[in-house]
Amino acid sequence: MRTLRILFLALLLPILGGCEMVVLRPAGDVAVQQGQLIVYATVLMLIVIVPVMALTVFFAMHYRESNQNASYAPDWDHSISLEIVVWSVPLAIIICLAGLTWVATHRLEPYNDLRRISEVQEIDRNVTPMQIQVVALDWKWLFIYPEYGVASINEVAGIVDRPIEFTLTSETVMNSFYIPALAGQIYAMAGMQTELNAVINEPGDYEGFSANYSGNGFSQMRFRFHGLSQTDFDAWISKVGADTRQLDRLAYIDLAIPTVGHEVEHYGAVESDLWDRIVNRCVDRGTLCADDMMMVDALGGGGLAGLTDRWRFADLCTVDDPRALYYLLRPELAPANTTIAASPASPVTPASSALFDDEAGD
Amino acid sequence: MASTGELGRGTMGAADAHPLWGKLSWDVFPFYDPILLGTFVAVVVLGLVVFAAVTRYKLWGYLWHEWFTSVDHKKIGIMYMVLAVVMLLRGFADALLMRGHQALASAGYVGYLPAYHYDQVFTAHGVIMIFFVAMPFITGFMNYIMPLQIGARDVAFPFLNNLSFWLTVSGAILIMFSLFVGEFAATGWLAYPPLSGLNFSPGVGMDYYLWSLNIAGIGTTLSGINLIVTIVKMRAPGMTYMKMPVFTWTTLCTNVLIVATFPVLTATLALLTADRYIGTNFFTNDLGGNAMMYVNLIWIWGHPEVYILTLPIFGIFSEVVPTFSGKRLFGYTSMVYATCVIMILSYIVWLHHFFTMGAGADVNSFFGITTMIISIPTGAKLFNWLFTMYKGRIRFEVPMLWVIGFMLTFVIGGMTGVLLAVPPADYVLHNSLFLVAHFHNVIIGGVVFGIFAGINFWWPKAFGFKLDPFWGKVSFWNWLIGFYLAFMPLYVLGLMGVTRRLSQFEDTVYSAYFFMAAIGSLLVAFGIAAFIIQIVVSIRNKEALRDTTGDPWNARTLEWSTTSPPPYYNFALTPKVYQLDAWAHMKASGYVPPKAGFRKIHMPRYTASGVVIAALATMMGFALVWHIWWLSVSTFVGAIAYAIAHTFNYDQDYYVPVQEVADIEQGRAQVGAAS
Repeated sequence: MRTLRILFLALLLPILGGCEMVVLRPAGDVAVQQGQLIVYATVLMLIVIVPVMALTVFFAMHYRESNQNASYAPDWDHSISLEIVVWSVPLAIIICLAGLTWVATHRLEPYNDLRRISEVQEIDRNVTPMQIQVVALDWKWLFIYPEYGVASINEVAGIVDRPIEFTLTSETVMNSFYIPALAGQIYAMAGMQTELNAVINEPGDYEGFSANYSGNGFSQMRFRFHGLSQTDFDAWISKVGADTRQLDRLAYIDLAIPTVGHEVEHYGAVESDLWDRIVNRCVDRGTLCADDMMMVDALGGGGLAGLTDRWRFADLCTVDDPRALYYLLRPELAPANTTIAASPASPVTPASSALFDDEAGD
Repeated sequence: MASTGELGRGTMGAADAHPLWGKLSWDVFPFYDPILLGTFVAVVVLGLVVFAAVTRYKLWGYLWHEWFTSVDHKKIGIMYMVLAVVMLLRGFADALLMRGHQALASAGYVGYLPAYHYDQVFTAHGVIMIFFVAMPFITGFMNYIMPLQIGARDVAFPFLNNLSFWLTVSGAILIMFSLFVGEFAATGWLAYPPLSGLNFSPGVGMDYYLWSLNIAGIGTTLSGINLIVTIVKMRAPGMTYMKMPVFTWTTLCTNVLIVATFPVLTATLALLTADRYIGTNFFTNDLGGNAMMYVNLIWIWGHPEVYILTLPIFGIFSEVVPTFSGKRLFGYTSMVYATCVIMILSYIVWLHHFFTMGAGADVNSFFGITTMIISIPTGAKLFNWLFTMYKGRIRFEVPMLWVIGFMLTFVIGGMTGVLLAVPPADYVLHNSLFLVAHFHNVIIGGVVFGIFAGINFWWPKAFGFKLDPFWGKVSFWNWLIGFYLAFMPLYVLGLMGVTRRLSQFEDTVYSAYFFMAAIGSLLVAFGIAAFIIQIVVSIRNKEALRDTTGDPWNARTLEWSTTSPPPYYNFALTPKVYQLDAWAHMKASGYVPPKAGFRKIHMPRYTASGVVIAALATMMGFALVWHIWWLSVSTFVGAIAYAIAHTFNYDQDYYVPVQEVADIEQGRAQVGAAS
């Protein structure tokens, strides 16, 4: 038992030694609250854990066979008062913890807007959160800034004390978007959009990565998150914007080819509906977007064509004509003077095959 | 080699199928990988040595007639344990590989496992440890102990029991095959799609995973049905439910869990199999497939699975603590209710495995709080064991050491588990090494320690001699210290923001912790070695360790009322039960084993059907993995036809003559007199 105690102390040393425990000492307010919650919950549970461990050691020592002075009651097997204690002490702890959980889970729900900037700073409702769209690719992260029309690979920046609203999706498999210093993680899944609200309170260069195994290049699927002042951020964003390349649908398809340990890259411009197409899985020309597909299905599936020639319904809705698909499927509901969009007569060749022939071969 | 290339996604065997050979070719053997090739050669050599030895000593007949075709629940139980020990060595070798690799990789070296190989290793480690180590161990215990505890002669369906075992072996064989023929899944042990779908895992690794678990899962389901019926229908006269030993209670609850959840696993894997084999889109990214459905379904099986492993272990502790405290179990009734409450609650917590999917605060809080509620009955159980020790006379035999080690270790794992059930805390700890440390904390500190407690406790019952206590203690201390050294650093690493399943690291700040963890895993290796030495030493000294009484620990339940080892019919006369702790009561009222008045005993005959059907199932699985369609169809038809033919075999039972019973019991009386 003594060796056990020494072992415990030896193991506690590195913990107490103040190593870089980013989860307990983060730089963003959301992660700070999550870290504090870990400490509160642990302390609450230690109220019952420590006595149990102490009693285990004490009973084991005291009632050992060789200690004939200890009392012995071989047929004693029941005590109402002890049973009440045995059930009610854990119950009491769990009631407290459940209350804490309910409140904290609702306060820290990643989809909700932030309620404060930090412990000492209230939120300014006039400041809109910065929008960052995040795409998990094999095996790199794409960040799109819709406000600035720029994009960046494996590098992302936020302004100190300004809320950030990440919207996330994935091109391939499930990943988890995690910047330990900033906030807890959230999954990025193909065909789905998730959301994470956070704020960084201290300038710095932080690590981010995928926290959900995603295949061969998973270990290198890392990026840097910069917490920058307003001026530094403006400089950074104009550096990104200075890149001459545009991230359009073709460039995206090229980017989606699996790579391991992808270098930081910038795109000075982004095609406007790229994000919607990524989420709806129709970046490739001629593929039916998931939202359009759902509309087709909801309106009866489009008959035989819906079964065999789904491409007929692709790419009909545009900014100018958002209800084109709807009117194609429900012509009787279209206003009198509407021209029904004709669906293309032959399937469109997917853009990627042409692209792969002349560019991706090398 | 495409599969080891930088971008390979598991392409082994992604080629078109040949009509005769399917996707098999010379390329599927791992000649390119020195580690695998070395292991392959070693396994082949070892296999040949074992084969030669068995042939040399003419043991094939003995093994076949006495063991492989046996329907005796005791022999099947022991075979389950042997399977588990063999697979433990394989699964633990994977663990050592990972610990060594991460220690090197975190210190700035490349390490010796390329990412693609490393990914297979952690997948295989998880799958093997849960399905082919922990499950066979607990099924082995339930098989061996439970019928003896309720005073039955065998389980309700003896042949089905044999078949269940061989189907489990079949799954294990398929996994072992994947090491040398092709590859294994590189998806993580629960194989979330779309990663496990055809697009992202085109190779045979995932197919090995699916068929191995599908076949073994059917075995587990059948065994669950069998054991439930046994408990419900075959208890000794007088043993009402509230007089059943706690281990039998936990066995009942566990098998209810098995019967309710393993079909979910089978169905989920069947849907994924359909996605991979016939082009459905249940879990793909496109065409309306939804991978989140898989994650929900697999955890609706996966969380009860945790309690399937843990409940029988709680049962073992509930037998060991009273025995070595020389006392009745404190709070039997609340123990039973706690078990049932855990059984029910384990169904409504599954979402806590993926709070980070974004289900919203209400859903997350609900599942977080139900998870915490489970810790109330679990805590009550711990207190009950504690108060069983209170005012006892505790003998620190090896099983009791494991219990004390468990009680001190498990509470830490329980605490970190409740912590992870707080959704906002989970957002920062999910998938981190903190999580890895947590579930090893409960699985090793709970399940594994319990398994060793159980083995040391019931070994004399099964073999007629105790296990050597010295090597048992060496094993215990190595495991205990090794566990703390291996996993406490992982808790710290998790708080440092290190995620799981990484094979390469950017900087070296973590290396001291990974190094410590590697040392810990070496100590655990010594613990496993000491366990094997313990068995060898005990067999060599078995005369000195002999148990002639049938009750070496002065225990309390019915299994100790018969001889060690028990006769094949368990009890010459069915015991009558008047109280809880039936054997303690019998001893107190001056029980003497009967010497006359025996009756003929109705027993089931051994049969080869289980081995044959499982062998056909193994071949079918292998053929399906490699797309050898003619063989898949013919073995499937063969297995079904054989099973139907088996039902026409009416020579399934016989009566043991009174004289034989009397002779065996007479021998027992002499042994008793000699002691």
